[in-house]
Amino acid sequence: MIEILTGSSLNTIQDFGRPHAMAMGVAQGGAMDRLALSHGNLLLDNPVDAAGIEIVFFPFRVRFHAETSFAATGAACPATLDDLKLPRDWAITARPGQTLTLRAPEQGARAYLTLRGGLDMPPVLGARSTDLKGGFGGLEGRALQKGDRLSCLAASTLRLPAAGYGLTRPCPLPPADGTRIRVLPAAEHDVFTPESLQTFHSAAWTLTPSANRMGYRLEGQNVLKLSRPLSLFSHGILPGTVQVPPAGQPIIQMMDANTCGGYPKIATVIAPDLRLLSQTVVGTPVHFETITRDDAVQIIRREAAELSRLATEIATLRTQLVF
Amino acid sequence: MTRIHMAGAGGLLLDAADGPFSDTTQRRIWATSRALNPRPDVLQTIPGVNNLLVTFDAVQTDPSVMEELLRTVWTQASAEEVPSREIVVPVVYGGEFGEDLALVARFANLTEEETIDAHMASRYSVAAIGAMAGFVYLTGLDPRLAIPRRDSPRLRVEEGAVVIGGGHAGMMPCTSPSGWHILGRTDLCLFDAFRPEPGLLRLGDTVRFVRAS
Repeated sequence: MIEILTGSSLNTIQDFGRPHAMAMGVAQGGAMDRLALSHGNLLLDNPVDAAGIEIVFFPFRVRFHAETSFAATGAACPATLDDLKLPRDWAITARPGQTLTLRAPEQGARAYLTLRGGLDMPPVLGARSTDLKGGFGGLEGRALQKGDRLSCLAASTLRLPAAGYGLTRPCPLPPADGTRIRVLPAAEHDVFTPESLQTFHSAAWTLTPSANRMGYRLEGQNVLKLSRPLSLFSHGILPGTVQVPPAGQPIIQMMDANTCGGYPKIATVIAPDLRLLSQTVVGTPVHFETITRDDAVQIIRREAAELSRLATEIATLRTQLVF
Repeated sequence: MTRIHMAGAGGLLLDAADGPFSDTTQRRIWATSRALNPRPDVLQTIPGVNNLLVTFDAVQTDPSVMEELLRTVWTQASAEEVPSREIVVPVVYGGEFGEDLALVARFANLTEEETIDAHMASRYSVAAIGAMAGFVYLTGLDPRLAIPRRDSPRLRVEEGAVVIGGGHAGMMPCTSPSGWHILGRTDLCLFDAFRPEPGLLRLGDTVRFVRAS
C-alpha cells in the first residue's frame, strides 16, 4: 500500500493503453514514455506493461505503508528515499513509513514510478490507464490526489540489494538545446508548398506550453501552407501524427489524442522518437528529419530487440546480485 | 482513385474519397474493415468517412505486405447493406447551448429557425466512430450547413454539444477540444465505458434530431 502525498491534475496511472478500443473512438492512451515505464517494470521483474504512475508535476511525494520494491525511471529527477539519494533509473525496496520524493527534472519531463507487481486497478476496456478525457480507467478516471492510497497486484517485495540496483545505460533523454524527431511523410505531405516542406524540415520549431497528453503544439517563424485548398473527410489518426490546421503551425498528436481528425497531415513521428518528444520541455527547439519507411522499420525492430536483450540481461543480473 | 498512404511505420490509411461522400464507398469501407478485423496480423481497423485506417505491428509484419493485403481486400470488398436502427436525439437548440447558431445561419444565408429546421430535417447515417470515445460522424447533413471546421479548435466543448463541421453532424460524448460549430445540446448518454456496449450508436445506424420538449 502506498499513499500519495502531493496532488496534481496531471499525475496519472498508466500502462500500455487501449490500442484495441480505438475503433470505439477511445484514445490509445498509455504511458507517453513507454520505454521508461518498461524499464521500471523490467527492474522489478514485472510484465513490461504493468501499470505505474506517470509523473509530470513535481515535487512528487509518496509514502510506503508496507515494505515495497519500486523503481523510478524516465526523466532525470533528483530522487530521495527519506535521506538516501537514488541514482537515475533505480530500483530499491522501501521500508514501511519511508517517503520517496521526486523533485523537478534536471533533464526530461516525465518520470515513472513502478511498483513490484504493478498497480492493482480494475482494467477498463482492456487497460488500467487513466483516460482523463473519458473519465475512466486508473483511479476513478482522474489524476492522483493527495491522500489517494494504491495497492499492488502481487507480492510487494523483490529480493534486491539493500542499496538497490539500476541501469548502467539509462533511457536517452532529449538534450536541452533541441530534440531531433524522425518522421515519415503522411497523406497530405505532397500537397504542402515546396517552401513549406523546406520550412518543415529546416526550421527550429518551438514546443509551446499547449503540450499535454492529447497533443503538442509547435510554433515556428514561418507557417506551413498547402499548395491548393483541401477539404478532407474525417479519418483515423494515430499518436505521432503531425497535423497542420489552417493557422499553419503543426500539432503533434500524443497518446490521448482523438482517434479521428480532419486536418491535413504532413508527417508521422516514428514511435521511438515520440517518447523523446514526450520528454521534451516546453520552449525547447524541435527539428524534424524525414526518413524512409524501411529505415523506420529497422529502427523500430532494433529498439524491440534491445528491449528484449535488456530484459534477459536484467533477469540474469538479478540471479548474480550479491546481498 | 483509391490511394494508400503511410500513417507511420505501423499504419496505413486507405483513402477512397472521390468528390462528395459516397454511401456505396462507405459500405465497401465497412466490408473491408470486417474482413480484416479477424486477422491476427491486423491490430485494428478504424473506418473513417470514405477511408479506412489499418494498424499493425511493424516489428512482426512488413508494411509492404500489409499494404498489398489491404489493396487486395479493398478491391474484393462489396457494398453490402448492414443492419440499421433508428435513434432519435432530443436537442435544445441555440441560446447558451448553441453559441455558433447565429454564425452558421449567416454562413448558410438562413434565419436561425431555418437553420434549426434544416438540421432537424435530415435523416443521418453513422458513417464512422472516433475522434473521442463514442463520437459519431453523421453523413446526410443539408449541404447548405456544410460550414468548414474552425481554423483553430476550441480548447473546450461541453459534453452533449450538438455540432456540425466539415459537412458532417455529430454530438460530443465528453467535454473535449473540438473544431466543430455548436448548434445545441442533448442530454443523451453517448458513451459509458462501463456499459456492456459502451457506445450508444453503431456504424450504419440512422439518426434523427428533434427539439427537446
